[in-house]
Amino acid sequence: MPEATPSDSTTESQNGVQIDLISGSRMEGLRSMEKIRLILDGVRDGNIVILEEGLSPDEESKLIEVTMTEISPDDFTGIEIESYPHEEAADQSFLDRLMGRESTKKLTVIGPANQIETLHKDDQLISALVSRK
Amino acid sequence: MGLLTNLKDSVSRVTDRLFASDDPKRIGIYGPPNAGKTTLANRIARDWTGDAIGPESHVPHETRRARRKEGVDIERNGRSVTIDIVDTPGVATKVDYKEFLDHDIEKDDAIRRSREATEGVAEAMHWLREDVDGVIYVLDSTTDPFTQVNTMLIGIIESRDLPVLIFANKIDLDEADIKRVADAFPQHETVPLSALEGDNMDEVYDKIAEYFG
Repeated sequence: MPEATPSDSTTESQNGVQIDLISGSRMEGLRSMEKIRLILDGVRDGNIVILEEGLSPDEESKLIEVTMTEISPDDFTGIEIESYPHEEAADQSFLDRLMGRESTKKLTVIGPANQIETLHKDDQLISALVSRK
Repeated sequence: MGLLTNLKDSVSRVTDRLFASDDPKRIGIYGPPNAGKTTLANRIARDWTGDAIGPESHVPHETRRARRKEGVDIERNGRSVTIDIVDTPGVATKVDYKEFLDHDIEKDDAIRRSREATEGVAEAMHWLREDVDGVIYVLDSTTDPFTQVNTMLIGIIESRDLPVLIFANKIDLDEADIKRVADAFPQHETVPLSALEGDNMDEVYDKIAEYFG
């Protein structure tokens, strides 16, 4: 059976806001650009994408870069992204860092810039207002 | 794979620094739009070369291309350090041409500016990943530093092991809050300054020489 994609479940999205919660295990098997494509495709459809485990700094950098190339007047103005600050994980061993297993686990919310507005953010709470297109 | 890649990167980084220690370091000036990056770049360039780098403006995204000033010799404490300054466009995750309309810019010009701004941000990110040896991160000390763009960029800089100085700019303004900037990124040294007024530039140059020399 083919794996479901977030957009498969889009039926009545014009009546509300679709939220895709993407698990860490779903993202784990993807290459960087596949992750970015998955996120941006969802966001460009007007969905709010929530990543259980976030992106690495390098992937965040590429996400900004690719987002910029896709901005177009009166169509897509970019993304709003919020996550908790990256902390040096206390449970991350020297061996993990040496092996490239850098912890990036941080809940991350991404949405279309014209539909999501951050109301409050601190290191323990992110409060956002989401509107329809 | 991770072990080999990391070891290769580390060895490459160390050898690069050893063999290129006398080469000018490319120092990228990064930060959000309107933090005063170009004002700072111009201040440094004028103080040490007599030339400016680019036009300054209150309109966001005035700098839409990375601009470089090569061979800036900064003399501190009897020795000289040479840096190449790269003034980068302010980094953002969104650019809406309608924001330019608020600055009395016509629609066609606003659309052109927004298009150039997006290209500039992408270029700035590319420079950060590939082409700078150190970073001066400029923040407007009258605004909240605890934003996602700042958090992400500092994370990206740290992940690349680049030396970074945080500059809390615009301390000449009453609303400036240097402690708020320092508290947002306690893992890095914060230097207060006013690039516009030239306040505290001695410490700025001392730190540049110390971190990037």
